Formats: sequence, structure tokens, C-alpha cells
Amino acid sequence: MAEELKLFRTWSSPYSLRVVHALKIKGLEYETILEDLQNKSAAVLEYNPTYKKVPVLVHNGKPICESLLILEYIDETWKQRPLLPQDPYQKAMARFWAKFGDDKVLPSIWTVFISQGKEQEEAIAPAAGNLKFLEEQLKGKKFFGGETIGYLDLAFGWMANLISILEEIVDLKLVDPEIFPLLSTWMNTFSDDPVIKECWPPRDKMVEKFKAMREPYLQRTA
Amino acid sequence: MAKDEVVLLDAYVSMFGMRVRLALAEKGVEYEYREEDLANKSPLLLQMNPVHKKIPVLIHNGKPVCESLVIVQYIDEVWKDKSPLLPSEPYQRAQARFWADYIDKKIYDAGRKLWTTKGEELESSKKAFIEIMKVLEGELGDKSYFGGENFGFVDVALIPFYSWFDAYETCANFSVEEHCPKLIAWAKRCMERETVSKSLADPKKIYDFVLLMKKKFGIE
Repeated sequence: MAEELKLFRTWSSPYSLRVVHALKIKGLEYETILEDLQNKSAAVLEYNPTYKKVPVLVHNGKPICESLLILEYIDETWKQRPLLPQDPYQKAMARFWAKFGDDKVLPSIWTVFISQGKEQEEAIAPAAGNLKFLEEQLKGKKFFGGETIGYLDLAFGWMANLISILEEIVDLKLVDPEIFPLLSTWMNTFSDDPVIKECWPPRDKMVEKFKAMREPYLQRTA
Repeated sequence: MAKDEVVLLDAYVSMFGMRVRLALAEKGVEYEYREEDLANKSPLLLQMNPVHKKIPVLIHNGKPVCESLVIVQYIDEVWKDKSPLLPSEPYQRAQARFWADYIDKKIYDAGRKLWTTKGEELESSKKAFIEIMKVLEGELGDKSYFGGENFGFVDVALIPFYSWFDAYETCANFSVEEHCPKLIAWAKRCMERETVSKSLADPKKIYDFVLLMKKKFGIE
């Protein structure tokens, strides 16, 4: 039976990128529908009525939402090149750290990015504290998943893509290679992987986009 | 084979802790329950959950698992021969995880506002809470449980909040049943399960706890 796979996403979203990478790793063919968040398609609103967000993966007409859940669905449906560990404890650890990434790491980095002056200074320590946990997780490993890229690497992939862009815009080292050598190395190794590299959104467009996202926060100067 | 050593660090009123108690009960797992004083966290808790310093923490043969839904899935995968909580088919599993995640994202904060706010903010908090309940009632539809015929993952994720409903309703002066009768019917159906009734905290004790918290934080 022919599989019908569609991915509704934006060109830049780190959440969408996770799914793009997962599908690439699994060697799956699919149709991409690029969405304009200011003008969402009827399809997205129908497939994701709860959040009205992308990415949405539609498999044989049935939608799956929330990027980390999409990764688990992909991994359970297509068994080649496993993304999650088999062992229940290792799997629980991967889920825990992915959630930590989304709930804590990303928001704390974002706070540093959008704040200024004293507020920004104060935001650095919590962000660094979160990164320290990730640095520890990489001890003795090439990737978060071990020898090969796995679920947790894809979950943190936004860092490899976005951190240097944010650093350029705010002129601040967010992941200092001297303080976070393992994390810095991982970011490069991950980015250089042929599967990952192929799907990177254009850097200049990303810089432009995130500069624009920062603008409204700059207006609110004390 | 050596016997499993299972310890649960928890707090009686926590709906997140209740999820884990419930999952362990469904699987018939024997464990040691340790009540944490959240104002004075034990060294063990800080050691086992250095990232969040929160309960629940499941310690299985010395190894900690944190975050209630991560723990429930872990329990389901380790003790897989009895009472499966997640469905076996990938799409249904994705749906179950989606709704458990929705419950996690929405209810706690919305519920908390029902006893920490007043006036106009309380009124809008009530509306928001009822909206969430309606979405869940819609998802339940005419099924006996969220998973269909069998009690499962989403039911485990949601039912502990039912023990907090009396407190929410009294503080905010409204009735969930008035807006979502099918959801309350589902809750009562769940409460008929022995595992549920013995895993959930007493609503009266939760209400007393809420009154204590309101006093402590100076909330009217």
C-alpha cells in the first residue's frame, strides 16, 4: 500500500526541523506544505484544531501534532534506524531531557536574547545553569544518542542551528566553547552531519528573521 | 531474580504524584511511599532530582525517573505484562500522548488561578478552566474512558485533577458538572475502580491544604 506522508511546516521553525531531520534519517518520502503563520491554511486548522500550530505530520490522512510526539510516532511506525533507545530507563531519560530542553533551556536562552542591560545580565546565569546539565549529559558521548544521532539530538537540534545566529545578533557568547566544550563540539558535529546539513534553513534569512523578532523587545527600553 | 526495589518520593495532595501512585497500583507493583515536606525537601529528593527538585520521583533499583508522565510511561514499559496503559498501535499511542500532554500544558496553571485570584481575574480564569474541560469532554465523546473501552494513559493523566475539583469549585464558586456532565460521569466511573479510589487524595484534605496555602500567601 502506498504511504501518503505530508508535513505541514514553516521554513524556519526549529520544531519543524526536528521532523524534517527524523524523516530524512528514516529515509522517508513525503510532501512538504509550507505554511505562513500569519495566514494559516484551512488544512492546518482542520488537522490541529487544538493548537492551530505546525508542524503537523499527516500519515494516510491522519494527523499527528507536537514535534516530540511526531518523532516518537515516526520511530514507532518505521523501525529502521531507531531514534529512541530500546531500554525503558534510557528511553525515560531521553524523554526527560527533551522535555527539559523545551520547558527550560529554550525559554532561558530566549530570555537572554530578548532582554537587555541588567535584565540580560541576570538572565545569563539561569541559562548557563541549564546548559551545564546538558554538558554533563554529553560526557563520554559523541551524540546525546550515543554513537549516532538520535531522538535527543533532534530535540536539541535547534541549538546547533540557532545559537550562533542569536549570538551574532546580540553580540554575546551563549555557549562559550571554553565553558561548554562538549556542547560546542556536539553543535558542530551535529551541524556537519550530511543528513542534518542538507536541511538547514538559509542562515542569512534566519538572521534577518530573528533580528526582526527581537525588535519589539528593543523598543521597550527602560 | 532479585526483587525490584521501588521507592516513590511524593506529596499526598499532588495530582502529579497521584498519577504515579495510580500507575503503580494498576500494575500491582509493591513500593515504598515517602511523603516529602515541600517546604523542607529531603537530601534524597535533591539528589535524585537535581534538575527540578520536584516530586514525584520514582526510584527503581536506585535509579531515579522524574516528570510524572515520563514516569507513567516508564512504569507501563517495565511492567508491561499487566494492565497496559498505552495502546499498542502507534497512531493511538500518539493520540494518547497528545491528550496527556494537553492536560499537562493546561490544567495545573488554569486550576491554580481558581484559588489564587479574585474579582475579574477569577471570572476570566473560570471561563478559561471551563473551556479546557469542554475540550476534554469533547475528546471523551461517548466513550467509557479516553482510550475507549479500557482505562488507560489519558485517564491516568487526568483523573487526579478530579480530587482537586471540590477545592476549585468551592473557591471559585462554580460547578464543573453543570458545564461538563459527561466528564463528571467519566470521573465517577473512574472512581469506581479500586486502584483509583485508593490512589487519589481525599478532596476534603486537599481543600484544607488549599485554605492553608491561601492563608500562607495572603490570598483572600
